[in-house]
Amino acid sequence: MNWMAWTLPTALFFCAIGLLLFTMTLIELKRPTTMARGWLPMATTRGDRIFISLLAAAGLHVAWLALFTSPPYVASVAAVITAIIVLRWG
Amino acid sequence: MQANQNRAWLGVLPVVLIVAFSGVIPLMTVVNFSVQDVLDVNTRFFVGFDWYREILRDQRLLDALGRQLLFSATVLAIEIPLGIAVARAMPREPKGRGWGAAALLVLLALPLLVPWNVVGTIWQVYARPDIGLLGHGINALGIHYNFSQVSSHAWITLILMDVWHWPSLIALLAFSGLTSIPNQHYQAAELDGASRWQVFRFVEMPRLRSVLIIGVLLRLMDSLMIYTEPFVLTGGGPGTSTTLLSQYLATMAVGQFDVGPAAAFSVLYFLLILLLCWLFYTAVVKRDLEQDFARQGERAAHE
Repeated sequence: MNWMAWTLPTALFFCAIGLLLFTMTLIELKRPTTMARGWLPMATTRGDRIFISLLAAAGLHVAWLALFTSPPYVASVAAVITAIIVLRWG
Repeated sequence: MQANQNRAWLGVLPVVLIVAFSGVIPLMTVVNFSVQDVLDVNTRFFVGFDWYREILRDQRLLDALGRQLLFSATVLAIEIPLGIAVARAMPREPKGRGWGAAALLVLLALPLLVPWNVVGTIWQVYARPDIGLLGHGINALGIHYNFSQVSSHAWITLILMDVWHWPSLIALLAFSGLTSIPNQHYQAAELDGASRWQVFRFVEMPRLRSVLIIGVLLRLMDSLMIYTEPFVLTGGGPGTSTTLLSQYLATMAVGQFDVGPAAAFSVLYFLLILLLCWLFYTAVVKRDLEQDFARQGERAAHE
């Protein structure tokens, strides 16, 4: 695995993503998703909302890194809050 | 029934494995590189988000991004309407079809078959002011034209080259959509006294929608990733006036072996393409899904 140049933070990051996908699959098997309409301008499934949350998290972190030089913890907190809002009411 | 459906998922397994090896694992590797300073194959240091910060403040990269977006918007704005117009102009009634339509289809497909570096070479020679037919011809008309020295000329040549290469794809897709429209629809439109615009808007466009979604997505992604043709035609010049994103990335990763920044740049590039495609997909495809969703709701309310 040396050629993949793993580091602990990136390993944890991908484990988290993998775990997220695994949990989503379990939830989907247990309670299949339906299209629902919240405050987002279109009807979404659970998977759509997860995808939007991840994309928003990436966007928030990139914006933070572009604007500030401090570590992006604020962006991480904002991303989690955004994800909760999107998943719960999106 | 349920068990059969579950077993059917095993059929997808080879695709999952191939995508994992050709896409996901390399992408993960790129992410790993993007947080490290790579001195050589065995010497690496973790640097966190430093490369991202550096990349996001790199003026040359932001300029390349601006040029990339301008290029993609321009070629899409020209190629999509042009492709549809070409497809509409082709004979498609069963009687008139004959060898004419077949010959046109082959002619249209030809530019798509030319390898990308050859397209660049063709235009590189064609547009040269000394020996190229186009370049020499324009100069003979008294108009000064030299794409290797004047930025605006390089841009026009680049756009022309892409417009030579790609509208065929849209035309072929649109043509396949148009041929699926039954003749009765046109007859009904004619009886109703529909104008040519109304026929296009209300008879043809709904049928073209799905093929055009594919066409626009393909062109959008391709134009955002374009590398070979501008590289061969202008080499990114004069100066950096036609250096698009992928060429800047290649210079960084291959030319300077700055693997860390190049990886960070790749991740951002990937996010940009993902975002644009998702926005497009949501704007176009989701609307259809939503209409289905609304219809289901109405049906449920009736029941």
